[in-house]
Amino acid sequence: MNRRVEIQFESAARQEHAVQLGMWIFLGSELLLFAGLFGLYTVYRTEYGLEFDAGIHHNQLLLGSTNTVVLIVSSFTVAWALYNVRKDKRDTALAMLGITMLLGLAFLVIKGVEYAHHFSEGVFPGKAYTNLELPGHGARMFFTLYYLMTGLHALHMIGGLAVMGWVTHRVWTRRTNRESHTELHLGALYWHLVDSIWIFLWPLFYLTG
Amino acid sequence: MTSYLASGRSLRSWLVTKDHKRIGILFLIATTLALVLGGVFALLIRIELLTPEPSVFDALDYNRSFTHHGVVMVFLFMVPVIPTVFGNFFLPMMLGAPDVALPRLNLASFYVYCLGATILLLSLWFGGVDTGWTFYAPYATTSPTAVATAVFGVFVVGISSILTGLNFIVTVHTMRAKGMRWFRMPLFVWAIYATAIIQVLATPVLGLSLLLVGADHAFGMGVFDPALGGDPILFQHLFWFYSHPAVYIMILPAMGVVSEVVCTFSHNRPASYRAIAISSIGIAFIGFLTWGHHMFVSGMSMLDVGAFGILSMFVAIFSAIKVFTWTATLYRGRITFNAPMLYFFGFMFLFVFGGMTGVAVATSSLDIHWHDTYFVVAHFHFIMVGGTLTMFLAACHYWFPKMFGRRYPEKWALIGAVAVILGFVFTFTPQFLLGNAGMPRRYHTYVPEYQWLNVMSTAGATILALGLVVTLVYLVHSIFRGEKAGDNPWDSRGYEWLAPTPPPTHNFHTPLVIARGPYDFHCPERP
Ligand SMILES: [Cu+2]
Repeated sequence: MNRRVEIQFESAARQEHAVQLGMWIFLGSELLLFAGLFGLYTVYRTEYGLEFDAGIHHNQLLLGSTNTVVLIVSSFTVAWALYNVRKDKRDTALAMLGITMLLGLAFLVIKGVEYAHHFSEGVFPGKAYTNLELPGHGARMFFTLYYLMTGLHALHMIGGLAVMGWVTHRVWTRRTNRESHTELHLGALYWHLVDSIWIFLWPLFYLTG
Repeated sequence: MTSYLASGRSLRSWLVTKDHKRIGILFLIATTLALVLGGVFALLIRIELLTPEPSVFDALDYNRSFTHHGVVMVFLFMVPVIPTVFGNFFLPMMLGAPDVALPRLNLASFYVYCLGATILLLSLWFGGVDTGWTFYAPYATTSPTAVATAVFGVFVVGISSILTGLNFIVTVHTMRAKGMRWFRMPLFVWAIYATAIIQVLATPVLGLSLLLVGADHAFGMGVFDPALGGDPILFQHLFWFYSHPAVYIMILPAMGVVSEVVCTFSHNRPASYRAIAISSIGIAFIGFLTWGHHMFVSGMSMLDVGAFGILSMFVAIFSAIKVFTWTATLYRGRITFNAPMLYFFGFMFLFVFGGMTGVAVATSSLDIHWHDTYFVVAHFHFIMVGGTLTMFLAACHYWFPKMFGRRYPEKWALIGAVAVILGFVFTFTPQFLLGNAGMPRRYHTYVPEYQWLNVMSTAGATILALGLVVTLVYLVHSIFRGEKAGDNPWDSRGYEWLAPTPPPTHNFHTPLVIARGPYDFHCPERP
């Protein structure tokens, strides 16, 4: 880790420790942002249990589960990219980063297909909800939370793609390399966070009906 | 070496600075502007309340005024002020560090604050907000005013708060000088550290709940709208889960200032360093378990009411530990009496009085009578303003020589402090009586029987405002014209006083090695 040491740090190791700690605190606060929504989900599910079950059955398990697989694979590829940068294998690392971003895009496309399908059935959030098959406050609230939580997650996914694009560019121009790759490490941590949030969204919206 | 004030005099050198001291000064300017603005709204409220009938405002404009007063004071002044100004300026120096761990993030936090404040102020300009600073659903989701923009502004300010808190935690963990063990850290550092933890843990939840109210308002999401199956009480739970700990985001840094001021001016070590440090952590922890005391009349089971009431009273135990420790610190000290000490005594009176009324309102049978009356308004102003504002002013005076290399005029400072403290007492003591007599908060009219107390309250607010104006004038004047100050004019043992006055860009000429505690008055300044 022979990164340039900034003036306020006495050593590179201190700097590395500081940056890592900062990232973990940031990830913690991101989790808490979602925690509020998980709390809402819990309360409303207690209130509208049967309608939430019906909502879960209405969602397409195949698409949701495909997305889970996509993200788990992408977590592997980003870790593999980091491993290869450390081994100084630039080409493999670039390939892995490329696959990671493609998988991220695939996730968003599948999510978009799901949203489009919902829209065609009148499944919109809040007062725009017009679906007749599942009328009632509970189903409406289920899909409102569905849009809020998966939407916030998708925004994080887009952020993660931007970070990955930037890191890939740095690997390409050799500014991220075996000696200096903190940004790739932090980017990968963020990517894992976004993936793990989905691992919790998946059962709430597809599995536990 | 040139001082941080002299290294680069262009506006640009200030706006792109990464020096924690300059960022602290930038925040000082921004938060002082917020204080002035919030104060103007407060005076507008007090003018309207001079008469029982509507005089200058109709109901909607009055509702806007108190909302703007609350939103500006809480989110743009009280929450950020002491951490971003004095935390930024002195936390690294008290750790013997050349800067915070992440200086670029620090500057980013300032601009995020400015962005959030701009969004918030624009929303106040275009349409305003009339919901009260708590943005309670379901009214906030249907109000005709600019709720969605305002809550988005608060959300952005919250991001700034998270970034600053994150930076301070990392700084405390990684930037301590050689020999700086955890229990050699100055108590102000402990206070800022505890605050930073609350900022990072609680702010995301507030940000989220406000965004949801904004989404309800703008897009009809209905998360808190009973007409769409939502539950407005849930908003209150989420909101207070943050906003009660936010009270400690406001008061803990103030308590840190108290510890520094009382030790320095009694030239004595704290009666118990550990009691003060650990009770801060205790308050931070208990603070997350008391939010329900804002909701005793929102429909809550008697069991919950009792539990939240008792947990809230625990806060008083930790606070009392602090109050007694500070008082005991005076014992056998060599006391210097000046403006920061006068603010200390003012703080002790207001904090104890406000705290005791806090125990009273945590008692559910009494709270049902006082809920949403001026009694509660007076209670939280005693704690929040009496605590944070007095200690903000004490800090402005205590650290003034180190920050600007000049002295402030002691006589004027004492006059200003007397006006602020007396003005404050005259503003809010009548409000306790009004509330107990049943005057509800947030109305622009009242029955004529309440008038004389309201007139007294307005008179007090005028004295308070005058005191603040006097203070602002002589402090700004002293920055340019004050008598030159030495490196350690108070004969303190705090590490920040070891730096040259005003400090150079990276604070210390040679790396600091800590060989004594921050309150070891029996040791020489440089052992
Ligand atoms: Cu509270």
